[in-house]
Amino acid sequence: MKDSLIALSKDALSSVRDLTPIVVVIAVFQVFVIRQPVDGFLSLAFGALLVVAGLAFFIFGLRIALFPIGEEIAHALAKKGSAFWLFTFAFILGFGTTIAEPALLAVAQEAARVAVKAGVIENNEEAKAAYALGLRLVVALSVGVALLLGVFRILTNWSLPIMIIGGYILVVLVTAVAPPEIVGIAYDSGGVTTSTVTVPLVTALGVGLAGSLKGRNPMLDGFGLIAFASLTPILFVLGYGIITRWT
Amino acid sequence: MDLILESLAFVWNSAEDVAPIVFFLFLFQLFVLRERIPNVGQILVGFVFVAVGLGLFLVGLDQTLFPLGRLMAQQLTDPGFIAEVSGHVRDALVWQDFYWVYLFAASMGFATTLAEPALMAVAMKANAVSGGAIGVWGLRVAVATGVSVGVALGCYRIISGLPLQYFIAAGYLVVIVQTAMAPKMIVPLAYDSGGVTTSTVTVPLIAALGLGLAESIPGRSPLLDGFGLVAIAALFPIISVLAYGQFAVLRGKK
Repeated sequence: MKDSLIALSKDALSSVRDLTPIVVVIAVFQVFVIRQPVDGFLSLAFGALLVVAGLAFFIFGLRIALFPIGEEIAHALAKKGSAFWLFTFAFILGFGTTIAEPALLAVAQEAARVAVKAGVIENNEEAKAAYALGLRLVVALSVGVALLLGVFRILTNWSLPIMIIGGYILVVLVTAVAPPEIVGIAYDSGGVTTSTVTVPLVTALGVGLAGSLKGRNPMLDGFGLIAFASLTPILFVLGYGIITRWT
Repeated sequence: MDLILESLAFVWNSAEDVAPIVFFLFLFQLFVLRERIPNVGQILVGFVFVAVGLGLFLVGLDQTLFPLGRLMAQQLTDPGFIAEVSGHVRDALVWQDFYWVYLFAASMGFATTLAEPALMAVAMKANAVSGGAIGVWGLRVAVATGVSVGVALGCYRIISGLPLQYFIAAGYLVVIVQTAMAPKMIVPLAYDSGGVTTSTVTVPLIAALGLGLAESIPGRSPLLDGFGLVAIAALFPIISVLAYGQFAVLRGKK
């Protein structure tokens, strides 16, 4: 208990340090460049306190829960030695954490509005909801596939640079034939899929897996899952744009 | 009072996000792997900390950084302001006149990346796995530098109107060359850094900046150009982290 309190206060101190640069940047620009009074100082100070406490709590929880459970499951999966369950786990983890992602929800609704403007779908609520849901499913599917591919790579020891750079060359090629209105949305969905809870879990999974397999180095083979998760959504959403255009 | 209610709502939302993940992990561990969950109590308490922490973090950002950052992005990209500081008339602005925008973009990109929780998680892990060879701060500063350069360049692109593809293609060419030269152990981590940076803190601010710029410059579409900024911001950390690895090797040789 006492150790936990010490750890938590250490996390709080590092949070203060982590957030200081933002405060400095804002203060310097407000005082020297914009030179306009900021109102609601008290609520700003209270908000800053919430940010510091929140960050400290999150990092503390990360250390005692997210990392250990991610690694525990990776070790247990490696011990079980079933590729089927490993792929199933990776896919469900990617699909499940993405489908409920709030940032993705916002992007999907925006995309539906863009699709109406471009005349791809009819302008009614039903068509828009269907298009947005379709997009969310496609992105969630792509992240599931990304983690599956990433785990497959750890097992087979394929070259990460070749897979990733090959993937981006594919993105460039598909962009050339995709309808222009989907391109912005597609590139953006690569960024929204990797949420704050998923990233630590996925990192622990990759590192834990590479650490428990013979002949794999966690540093060389454990990372790279997130790189796949930022790549496949672009490809899948471009594909979605092409298919919805044609049908 | 309102703020307390709002905080509770944010905490509830993040609990709703975290709960299904915990449920799935436990289910998988118990029924597929048929293993006990070690330190069940500690793990559950930890997840409560994760959910509450994330909720408080987001409500705090929503109260402070997001409105303030958006307001500042708006004020700095306002054509009237740019004309005033540059001494040019509103219709004859050139890209050099936007120096405050580049400076703000670069310093904000740097500072918000340092506060990105997902990046901290990856840095902690990389530090542990590399046996301390990769420093937590070293990696975070490397990524932040990449985002900083990326966002500033992205702003220049919106102002100058050059096509996004040029920047992306050139960036990936650099990545390919660096990949061939950089120490092997940094490559996967560098590729991951791109995805990690575009997360909770940085994206809303970058998007606001892109939107403000695209709106105040004639001939730009807010929708298309706002997106491009995030894409460039996610590309440059790959380059800077690869460079960090190359630099570490050079220093080791001396």
